[in-house]
Amino acid sequence: MNKSVYASPDQVSETKRHILTVLVDNEPGVLARVIGMFSGRGYNIDSLNVAEVSNDENISRITIVTHGTSEVVSQIEKQLLRIVPVHSVTNLDQEGSSVEAEVALVYIYISDTNKKKVYQLCDLYRARKIENENNTTIFEIAGASERVNRFIKEINEITKVEIVRSGPVAISSIQKNEEE
Amino acid sequence: MNSEITGAEIVLKSLAEQGVEVVFGYPGGAVLPIYDTLFKQNSIKHVLVRQEGGAIHAAEGYARSTGKTGVVLVTSGPGATNVVTGLTDAMMDSVPIVCITGQVPQHLIGSDAFQECDTTGITRPCTKHNYLVKDVNKLSSVFHEAFTIAQNGRPGPVLIDIPKDVQFASGTYEEKNKIIIPSHRLFEPSPDFEKNKIEEAVELISKAKKPIFYIGGGCINSGPKASKLVREFINTVGSPVTMTLMGLGVVGSSDKNSLGMLGMHGMYEANMAMHECDVMINIGARFDDRVTGRLDAFSPNSKKIHIDIDESNINKTINVDVPIIGDVKQVVEKMIALWKEKKFKIDDKTLKLWWDKINEWKKVDCLNYNNEGNQIKPQYAVQRLYELTKNTKTFITTEVGQHQMWAAQFYKFEEPNRWLTSGGLGTMGYGFPAAIGAQVGHPDALVVDIAGDASILMNIQEMSTAVQYRLPVKIFILNNEYMGMVRQWQELLHGGRYSESYTDSLPDFVKLAESYKAVGLRAKTTDELDDVITQMIETKNTVIADIWVTKEENCFPMIQSGSAHNEMMLSKDQKQDKKSAEKGKILV
Repeated sequence: MNKSVYASPDQVSETKRHILTVLVDNEPGVLARVIGMFSGRGYNIDSLNVAEVSNDENISRITIVTHGTSEVVSQIEKQLLRIVPVHSVTNLDQEGSSVEAEVALVYIYISDTNKKKVYQLCDLYRARKIENENNTTIFEIAGASERVNRFIKEINEITKVEIVRSGPVAISSIQKNEEE
Repeated sequence: MNSEITGAEIVLKSLAEQGVEVVFGYPGGAVLPIYDTLFKQNSIKHVLVRQEGGAIHAAEGYARSTGKTGVVLVTSGPGATNVVTGLTDAMMDSVPIVCITGQVPQHLIGSDAFQECDTTGITRPCTKHNYLVKDVNKLSSVFHEAFTIAQNGRPGPVLIDIPKDVQFASGTYEEKNKIIIPSHRLFEPSPDFEKNKIEEAVELISKAKKPIFYIGGGCINSGPKASKLVREFINTVGSPVTMTLMGLGVVGSSDKNSLGMLGMHGMYEANMAMHECDVMINIGARFDDRVTGRLDAFSPNSKKIHIDIDESNINKTINVDVPIIGDVKQVVEKMIALWKEKKFKIDDKTLKLWWDKINEWKKVDCLNYNNEGNQIKPQYAVQRLYELTKNTKTFITTEVGQHQMWAAQFYKFEEPNRWLTSGGLGTMGYGFPAAIGAQVGHPDALVVDIAGDASILMNIQEMSTAVQYRLPVKIFILNNEYMGMVRQWQELLHGGRYSESYTDSLPDFVKLAESYKAVGLRAKTTDELDDVITQMIETKNTVIADIWVTKEENCFPMIQSGSAHNEMMLSKDQKQDKKSAEKGKILV
């Protein structure tokens, strides 16, 4: 980052990964408002995931993985809350405990020589083969990003692959009362 | 009962129900149905500007001088892109604006049609919120929500983009009180939530030895009652107070507690007091870089209280000890009540020591300038303007640059909402259309745009507007043939290489005024100045007063970029140390 004399002298906390959950009205342009705030103010988006989560209330849930000092992330949260269609912003790291998962689809180039190793590895990671009309070897792996990273690293050592990842989605695992 | 009307009629009906009296605009293909409806009614007045950029600044001037929401109506494409500067300006300075733009009919959207642009896409970062209305039946609810959002919490601009087919389509109108806006879309102060913080703040103030109030534009946005309460609280505490450029007028200039403006071109005593204070009470200001100077040396030994309606301003650049989120008038009212209830008082002796120190700083006489000779000094011109207008209800607008700072330093404001200037964005060309807006809102008041010769040319076409509507706006040009502030920075930071900051071939401003059938006046020497100002005030017509001022005057005091509050420059003989000058050079 540009070290300006206008930069706050108190920014001493370390840069960390944060997962933010943003509940928004599902209206046109809402995603552009959210990501535009990030690019316009120079914040980072490591990954982003958005989908409607309630049919009746028209609410979407955006999961954003970002990194920054706690001061920067707190500023991100406040800037997100200024956006009119935003209902709430939750920093899952501050919530204490949360569960995260992502999905990757992996197209694996298979030959007679590596076939056995590939299937063994997929078995080990519980990657599931997806049937498709061309009968190509596409595996689906779900779980924490760390696990997906390891799988990809290891399969890369065996053969050539093509990968698509959803980026993580996450949810707070703190017990809540039903009335809330 | 629910008889259907056209989209264009819904637009006008919504505006009428919102109490809109005047719309600033410019017609074009994509808003013709609305202009047609406008033609058929008499309740809403339309002011035709000469460029859309003028319309939005006029709406800003109207809004800031009256406290109402300014309304703008422009066409698609270039009409919309021309208001982008004004929207950004209103966003930065928290001015409530509703801007209506026409859009090409829906079936043409995305086809690169004539005068098509992605208006909501372009204006998303420079509005509080914006809408593309595709369903005529939602039009009235969008309008009512837009007006609420523009005024609610920290005010700002809201844009409504309406495709032409929606303006023609028929739909039902819903009244304002039938619209329910979900609470998450608005700022709702929670009166009890901040109670502890308010107690903490008041107690901190009561224990202060060297308190200072730092007042910003938020106090003006909170309404006239806020200024009254802030004055009352400061008087009760007996503390000195300084104001930002946007906050001038919240506390009167003649108030015994006022130290005037702070910041880059602020008063020496105000900046020194900010540097040395032990408790700082920021009300409605946002620690802007023009105010703070170098952050790591900003008021190093103080506890800071920050009252702001926008939570994102808390700890954005300066970390504070006691943040309070809320509306100024509500928070300060509680502070006063609590102060009285607990019978708090800062010891007189303690306060006297603090005031003694401040009075020493005042002796520096930081606004002092050399006023010899019969050439007009720009500072003197503003001083004379003040003296000759102080007993009239006067609104002052400015453009951006040296003249703006001299106006802020030498014109004394006693009331809020009388001073209209582009603070956050620093938009040259703001002042004249803003003066037009202020004059529309206050037909009987004196409205003076203190301008520079470069800035005024950015929206000079609005002369035609002012004359058409018989608006007796006065343009008071401090003419030094330079972009003065650019020249000053080039002198101080770029070795006196005046790259492109001299304006050759300026128009003859007197003849320019006359060509618009307005009145042109000129003062070349000090003995002509008072006559010109008096004549300007007495003329019941639009006036340009071309005041020839000394060309190379600099605006002091000055905290150069990269310096701290206690490192002010009082004259150009006083050089900044080389290291901080180098660092400062990259800043704006």
